[in-house]
Amino acid sequence: MKLTLTFLLGGLTLAAMPFALAQSGSMLLPVAAEADSAISIQSVGSGKAILYVVGPGQVLRRNVQLGETTFFGPGELYNAGHYVAVLVGDSSTESGGFDVIAAQPATLSFLAKPSRLPVDLPDGISGVVYVFDKFQNLVLAPTPVSFQLSGLADTAGTRTAVTRNGVAWTKMNSAAKEGAVQFVARVGDAVGTRVIQQVPGDPCHLRMSAKPLGQRLAVETEPVRDCRGNALPDGTIVTFTETYDGGASTVDVPIKRGIAQTDMPAYGGAKISVAMGVFVGNEIRWGNER
Amino acid sequence: MNSGRFLAIILGTATVALIVVGTVWPVPSAIAMADSGSGLLRLSLTPEAAVQNLANEIGGRAWEKAYSSLANKSEFTELEFERDLVGTYPSLRTYSVLESSDLQPLHASADDAQVRLKLRWSSVVGTFLDTRDLRVVRAGDRWSVQWPIVNESRVPPQVIPVNYLRWDVIYRGAEDDWGSQDVEAPHVRIVDMHPVDRAAGVVIMGELLNEDVVPAFVTVKATLLAKNGTTLATEDSFDKISHVLLPKQVTPFLIAFHNVALSEVDSVHMDPSATLIAASADPLIEIEDQRFNPAPGASLSGKIRNQSGQVVNVAHVLGTFYDKNGQLIWVADQYVDRALLPQTPAPFSIPLPADIAAKVSSERAITATYSSGRFQ
Repeated sequence: MKLTLTFLLGGLTLAAMPFALAQSGSMLLPVAAEADSAISIQSVGSGKAILYVVGPGQVLRRNVQLGETTFFGPGELYNAGHYVAVLVGDSSTESGGFDVIAAQPATLSFLAKPSRLPVDLPDGISGVVYVFDKFQNLVLAPTPVSFQLSGLADTAGTRTAVTRNGVAWTKMNSAAKEGAVQFVARVGDAVGTRVIQQVPGDPCHLRMSAKPLGQRLAVETEPVRDCRGNALPDGTIVTFTETYDGGASTVDVPIKRGIAQTDMPAYGGAKISVAMGVFVGNEIRWGNER
Repeated sequence: MNSGRFLAIILGTATVALIVVGTVWPVPSAIAMADSGSGLLRLSLTPEAAVQNLANEIGGRAWEKAYSSLANKSEFTELEFERDLVGTYPSLRTYSVLESSDLQPLHASADDAQVRLKLRWSSVVGTFLDTRDLRVVRAGDRWSVQWPIVNESRVPPQVIPVNYLRWDVIYRGAEDDWGSQDVEAPHVRIVDMHPVDRAAGVVIMGELLNEDVVPAFVTVKATLLAKNGTTLATEDSFDKISHVLLPKQVTPFLIAFHNVALSEVDSVHMDPSATLIAASADPLIEIEDQRFNPAPGASLSGKIRNQSGQVVNVAHVLGTFYDKNGQLIWVADQYVDRALLPQTPAPFSIPLPADIAAKVSSERAITATYSSGRFQ
């Protein structure tokens, strides 16, 4: 009989608790706050309680006096996301939620591709920027991002893109002149720099000449350039082929100081041709038929 | 008890009999395993036996024993004999083993004979044949081989200035920030591709171009797809390709699918891949006196000359063959079994099938090289 009475009273107490909370205390929470700003949580009522603030990756605990305001300094709630505040009093518990959004843009992650491409390629360079605040929260608010190519005379160009869901991207043309250019993305004071190597394209013409070299034949190309006048880089392979009397000689020669040169057997009536990859150059016939 | 003793006697007698039989008439594999002990196993009582014994000693790398059995050993040293067979510098010969040997008597008289010895050496990239015509002379009741020594040519002391390019690469590090650039992989392109139905299966060949300005390590993988979209087979070019491609260089490739008929194939998925690597434009190899020899015994022969100053340990010659329309019809290759010395021509001969040879109108050869002690 005594036990039954105890259970009955306990159940009544629990059922009455929400009313007690509503009467004894409540919280005033910010709707949203920036990660870098101070926030305050106002409680009402009297007595002592413990305030828990639970968010992405962090939990804060404060002993509070009900009826007073609890302050959280700038940067204390630094992870963007949804937070839950739970106020646990002697006889009641109350909770509520609020959002912390990213602070002002402070850093960016800049992906630039490719790091090497041929000159004169429309929309050949792509840049993608992710904007973050100083706590590495992705800044979801639309933010203008400036993309700039610089470093060569004809590469100066700027484009602006606004972030969507924290990401902004653009495409830009490669310049007509070879060389390294700086690809810079800027959001306020946050700057990301990448280097894009613009390299010569396919050869525009390939011409060679031959002259006797003792018992052999010295062959050499003119300076090899692409159609924009850029010299093809040293190390590029030029293939010389000499055909004669049912036989042939071949040598793959790397360009050195702008030209490719080697020596080959000297056969009268030999036909010598030059090629670079699938690009075929001129052909010469050497001396008289044997 | 008596039956047990009888069984022991039988077993003992049989063991002794088998030992005698195995010693007097050893099987070839036993000779090979006997580590050049064939002198003990078989007396050089005939020219063929003398050559066979020599071949066995060579196979067992018993240079001292092989050299001491020669009739003309006063003409060269044991080291020269060994270098004739395995090379002075590390090469395919150095790391190969004698797979088999064949004898072919050419001529015989009472006191001398001529025997052709074919040594088939096995290496990681296949077999190669070393054929020597040997004179065998009689000395008493024994025969001895006169070895036709071929001394490797020597390069005179000199300085060969080499200033070809080298490409070094600094890759992105693990500690770099997310989003940091890495070096761009080289851009390569298949410029020609041609499937062929052969008796052994489907062969896919083509040519791959490095259209970038940096060196690339390349491979080509092909997948055969059936009409219902299922994968029939996947293979890669393995060594039928020049894996290191310098800027604007073209390599042929050949991928063989055994036991697959072209009629079963609906489409082919080609997957060329390229990785940026550190490489050197050196050594420069010239292919000279390149000739196509029609059937019978069709081949592409020529000489390769190392124009640089370093020794090339392994040289690989790849031949690409075209018909009169310029269509790629075959890819074949050959390794040069000896090290390629500076400025010293080395012959090569790439065999090709007779039916293909009949269609060949033009050909192209390239070389790939490997030098020990070099990073590439």
